[in-house]
Amino acid sequence: MVFKWYAHLIDNSDILEDKMELYLILILVLMILGSIYSLNASDLLSAVISYGIVGFGLVIAFLLLQAPDLAIVQVVVEVITLVVMIATIKNTQAKISQMKFKPKIAIYYALIVIAALIFVIIFEKATGCLNSFGADTMRMAEHYISGVEHTKSANLVTGVILDFRAYDTLGEATVLFTAVIGVLTILRIKGKKEEDK
Amino acid sequence: MKGMTLIVKKITQIICPIIFVFGIYIIIHGHLTPGGGFAGGVIMAGAFILQILANGNILPALRKEEEGLEFLESSAILGFLIIAGLGLLFSGSVVFFANFLNKGQLGKLISAGFIPIENIVIGAEVCAAIAAIFIALVVYKDEESK
Repeated sequence: MVFKWYAHLIDNSDILEDKMELYLILILVLMILGSIYSLNASDLLSAVISYGIVGFGLVIAFLLLQAPDLAIVQVVVEVITLVVMIATIKNTQAKISQMKFKPKIAIYYALIVIAALIFVIIFEKATGCLNSFGADTMRMAEHYISGVEHTKSANLVTGVILDFRAYDTLGEATVLFTAVIGVLTILRIKGKKEEDK
Repeated sequence: MKGMTLIVKKITQIICPIIFVFGIYIIIHGHLTPGGGFAGGVIMAGAFILQILANGNILPALRKEEEGLEFLESSAILGFLIIAGLGLLFSGSVVFFANFLNKGQLGKLISAGFIPIENIVIGAEVCAAIAAIFIALVVYKDEESK
């Protein structure tokens, strides 16, 4: 369905079975729901936590797509950003709305347990897609090495970052762009306040 | 921020164009020699930063410069996306980031399809981003101290 266009690049295309795509679609739907909820959440803390669904869903998506290196980076970044964001909210907001005891609370706990179980099951399936422990991962690297014929770029590294992994480069450029926009916004507000005085 | 002495200003005048051209060289030859958009963009931004450090800041001129850099940065990343999207239209298969241009001969300056164009766009983006951050820090800090 989604990945068939590069199936001819990969020798053992049995990993591209439809079951994996089903899991991937499930995870993507969960990520979209989490981001929609975080946009509409009533308080900041629940928005941040539901945004964490997107990050950890992306971890599983990377594992399903056979990119364990990106998955490890994503786990680390997601945990750190979640901790930093929650710490910031805890320190800046005067009071965090507490959940009062209601009869409905049992349903909430049941939902949490079910969601966690779904996450754990899919995570287990995702790690099952990877190579066995200690096996070499030369499958993609072989394509990179013979990539000169494919991209006609004499510099192999440029061929990899701008052709094979161009999405990666797009993400890096977007990160830089967002960082600049953020810095300029913060500094400009500070400068404008000084002007008004 | 005040400028530096006459010696520094004169040396900067001589050396800045060389640094700038070297950055352009690194970007354009990104698909042939080590380097590429990111490295070349940072070198070009270094030329900007050296000018500001040596000559001090003239606030109105710098603010105009900052606006231009923001425009360049935003349009560069838009251009990167457009180049990626053109692959959907002009390559035979419907693939984002498809190399749709003629790949040419290995090792020539004009080869490797759209990789040099991507390098130029990335270089412009990185250069504008880093120079804009530096100029913003200088401009707004001086505005605050006034």
